[in-house]
Amino acid sequence: MSERVAVRKTYKLFIGGKFPRSESGRSYLVQSANVSLASRKDARDAVVAARAAVKGWAGATAYNRGQILYRVAEMLEGRREQFVGLGVPADEVDAAVDRWVWYAGWSDKLPQVYGGANPVAGPYFNLSAPEPTGVVAVVAPEQPALLGLVSVIAPAIVTGNTVVVAASPAQPLAAVTLAEVLATSDLPGGVVNVLTGRLAETVPTLAAHMDVNAIDLTGVADAELAADLEVRAAENLKRVLRPAPAGHDWSADPGITRMTALLETKTVWHPKGV
Amino acid sequence: MNFEYAPAPESRSVVDLKPSYGLFVDGKFVDPTDGGSFKSVNPASEEVLAEVAEAGSQDVDRAVHAARKAYEKVWGPMPGRDRAKYLFRIARIIQERSRELAVLESLDNGKPIKESRDVDLPLVAAHFFYYAGWADKLPHAGFGPDPQPLGVAAQVIPWNFPLLMLAWKIAPALAAGNTVVLKPAETTPLTALLFAEICQQADLPAGVVNIVTGAGDTGRALVEHPGVDKVAFTGSTEVGRAIARSVAGTRKKLTLELGGKAANIVFDDAPVDQAVEGIVNGIFFNQGHVCCAGSRLLVQESVAEQVLESLKRRMARLRVGDPLDKNTDIGAINSAAQLARIRELSDAGSAEGAERWSPPCELPERGFWFAPTIFTGVTQAHRIAREEIFGPVLSVLTFRTPAEAVEKANNTPYGLSAGIWTDKGSRILWLADRLRAGVVWANTFNKFDPTSPFGGYKESGYGREGGRHGLEGYLNV
Repeated sequence: MSERVAVRKTYKLFIGGKFPRSESGRSYLVQSANVSLASRKDARDAVVAARAAVKGWAGATAYNRGQILYRVAEMLEGRREQFVGLGVPADEVDAAVDRWVWYAGWSDKLPQVYGGANPVAGPYFNLSAPEPTGVVAVVAPEQPALLGLVSVIAPAIVTGNTVVVAASPAQPLAAVTLAEVLATSDLPGGVVNVLTGRLAETVPTLAAHMDVNAIDLTGVADAELAADLEVRAAENLKRVLRPAPAGHDWSADPGITRMTALLETKTVWHPKGV
Repeated sequence: MNFEYAPAPESRSVVDLKPSYGLFVDGKFVDPTDGGSFKSVNPASEEVLAEVAEAGSQDVDRAVHAARKAYEKVWGPMPGRDRAKYLFRIARIIQERSRELAVLESLDNGKPIKESRDVDLPLVAAHFFYYAGWADKLPHAGFGPDPQPLGVAAQVIPWNFPLLMLAWKIAPALAAGNTVVLKPAETTPLTALLFAEICQQADLPAGVVNIVTGAGDTGRALVEHPGVDKVAFTGSTEVGRAIARSVAGTRKKLTLELGGKAANIVFDDAPVDQAVEGIVNGIFFNQGHVCCAGSRLLVQESVAEQVLESLKRRMARLRVGDPLDKNTDIGAINSAAQLARIRELSDAGSAEGAERWSPPCELPERGFWFAPTIFTGVTQAHRIAREEIFGPVLSVLTFRTPAEAVEKANNTPYGLSAGIWTDKGSRILWLADRLRAGVVWANTFNKFDPTSPFGGYKESGYGREGGRHGLEGYLNV
């Protein structure tokens, strides 16, 4: 009996809840697969998809967002072996699952921890509450391929932002596979968009894009590129998260700063009276 | 019958102005290295108030070094409870000398004494008092068990609320354990220099607060100095962008409070008289030199005529003139340059087809003045609906549905503030959720408090000043 011929997977982009190839028709060989080489146009399309998703996602209840993030953890748990097969260490997959669970619980707690009533000196109701900043461009860390990626996506979206993620160019398969997890987790299309390819090609477009509200440069290892991206980001005063220091420990307690850096605080006043 | 008010001028004698001022570096007033200076004038009379030193890059360097030394040797190691006591002291001295500061603020800035006396100064003192209390409670502020200061903060502030902006910058910076080098605006440096004297009176250790006076070049030298760890700027979006570019790739933490083009939204069920007071306060407070001014009135079509009629009647009662007169509602425009900008944009409003109206109003001959002005028939494409005028000029637009109000209100690159006038509570909350602005005033406008975070969305900048949130920009979190 002849050995069964395996069905191979095509690794594509993830934009607006769909898996298109790069509009440029290009791919690059990495991790023994032909992976889409995203173009600047793909980056712009991803921003359009992310923007379209903001209203529904930011407007969803915190409970709903929390459940969907928890659902991502459930789906990821079920695909454990698939990630191990891509070379992701088993304990890293476990840590990534746990990170989704951790962030899922924040959706309906952060506004209480980070906002609240302000005791102003006058007869006014005064309340500060955090809101998502909008569309966030994220450069995922080069590694760990899965835990690093989850650690930058989850804190951005749990509060209602939508993201365009530039995956690790050297290890994109975990990112595309995570996109398949997200696509089956009730996460609305466009909340997370994944670009694979060269950072120098797509990220400057995202940094300069006038409809992107913030950029997370965590995965930019090249200091010169990071500075250039920050300069581009200044054009519409994007919120900027600077690159993580080399040797950052992704398994450590992440704290809340990755979430709060991508929030706006809105303060509402109203007089009290009869 | 004559309802004219008799003059009621506040006495200038409470202010003891020196003919010239040096830079405040390392606890002392010093001459600038290259001896440069400029004049600060009273915008209501064009009289020269004092000659002020212009800091060059060497002076800025000296100030940054003094701040660094004070940070490492004195202020950084000092227990929070002692930092708190210095800040409480400063708050008390400001209260004790508040009339002097208010009169000087009105002289140098042109704002009515009733605003500097009843709004600016009480808020300045309150701000120091509020942040004083944080200095020994930082582990409880929600930024982890042991948040640390950043080091030396470079702070550049505008001319519209000179002393209040100084308080917004210096109070949280010092409470968090940083030392500062602050540059006041070149048209309004005098209250910052009087504040330097207050630091001396409070025996604040030398170098904790340094004041360098000068214009854009001084500010640039300060912001770009490699020895600063933090940059805080309040001013125009254009300069904010340039600063964001200049700190790219550095370790400097940046907070920006920039321009605005706030919508003040009036629904058909709003009490008209209250709404009109809110519209007037929103755009004519401080001559409209307010980044969060309600400079776009969005009025529901069904009541537009009625609201405008009331507004015009109210505007005809506004008293424009001597800032030191206690009855004055609208003072002088801060500078000739700002007056030229207001004129240029207003002329563009007329040229683009909007209809201009001002009440009959006699303006003083000397000084910089602009009558309160409204434009009707404004479209969203008009420059006066898009660009920040920073003067007493209101653009009036109309809407039919709440959804249209939201669309129009958010149709701007800015996102600092917004106003809502309606009797319906659920509509306020619905709208407040949808307005992309950092401060939403419902059935009120232009309210400020040290406990209340203030700052913008989008191109109005990032970071918050005031409240617990205001500490974040000065801590390593």
